[in-house]
Amino acid sequence: MATHNLIQTVTVGAGGAASIEFTSIPQTYTDLLVVCNGRTSGSGNGINISFNGNTSNYSNRALQGNGSNASSYGTYNRNAGMVTDSNQTASVFGSTSIYVPNYTGSTFKSYSADGVSEHNATTAYMNIVAGLWSDVAAITSLTISPMFGNFVYHSSASLYGIKNT
Amino acid sequence: MDKTYEPIAAQTLGSAAASVTFSSIPQTYTDLVLICSVQDNTTGQIQSNVQIQFNNDTGSNYSWTGIYGNGTSAVSHRQNNSTGAWAGYMSSASGVFSPIVFQIINYSNTTTFKTTISRANLGTLNPNTTTITEGVVSLWRNTNAISTVKINGAISFATGSTFVLYGIKAA
Repeated sequence: MATHNLIQTVTVGAGGAASIEFTSIPQTYTDLLVVCNGRTSGSGNGINISFNGNTSNYSNRALQGNGSNASSYGTYNRNAGMVTDSNQTASVFGSTSIYVPNYTGSTFKSYSADGVSEHNATTAYMNIVAGLWSDVAAITSLTISPMFGNFVYHSSASLYGIKNT
Repeated sequence: MDKTYEPIAAQTLGSAAASVTFSSIPQTYTDLVLICSVQDNTTGQIQSNVQIQFNNDTGSNYSWTGIYGNGTSAVSHRQNNSTGAWAGYMSSASGVFSPIVFQIINYSNTTTFKTTISRANLGTLNPNTTTITEGVVSLWRNTNAISTVKINGAISFATGSTFVLYGIKAA
């Protein structure tokens, strides 16, 4: 048995989607990994995350590079990386991976996100994010959504469960 | 289907410990990945570093370069002739465990020095509002195959900290 077990893949259909949601997540793994390949219809490439339908008690710090400068910010509380947006080269989809350790535990939930928004222009972006959900509940559902606009057609995300045995 | 990402060993601390060691690591994989969820056991410690040593080498044979963001600025730091590879910072805030993903590339070869990549997050709560996200590369100037990995907390790891070592096969 593989240690990275695919739980579910969601692919956005024609017309787009405001979010991608994974529900009824099995409580039998150690960690979770979300891998998203997406593009937003809005003028912004950021991705939000929420657990168990709760959008409160999140904090984060991000480190971002754009090809010229490095910067850091903590503006978007539910930041979970980035994809590409409507201002970027057509047909290019960005990627973000989100790692959530000990998602069934009784401690606050930390996560790491690595996002890229590469395209054919002078400026492109990547970021790494430290996120914290200050809640001790086990994670049973997970939602990612664009900060601006919707996920466009063909965006996709996969949720993996990882076992340490 | 063969496993390509296989758990080698896992440890969960039942009491605070200054370090955790994985020894007798099989030499049958291509790379190693260490995944930690750790908390510093020292109340009030805002940021505490985690360093890693290989094969019980405590000499100044390591170097590393990191870049981190704290919400205000991007900062790079570096140390040569270090006594350990830099994995990242961890939190001591109540209920907060810091995730670290530490990759050891081509660990079993006996011809090249060993390089590592780490992604770490330090998250704390008020009144210690420091939160950091970090990426680090480290070098161990030794050609020996890695058979032991020792993870050191600056002071000690708290109860409930977890450490899992995975082996990855390229084929």
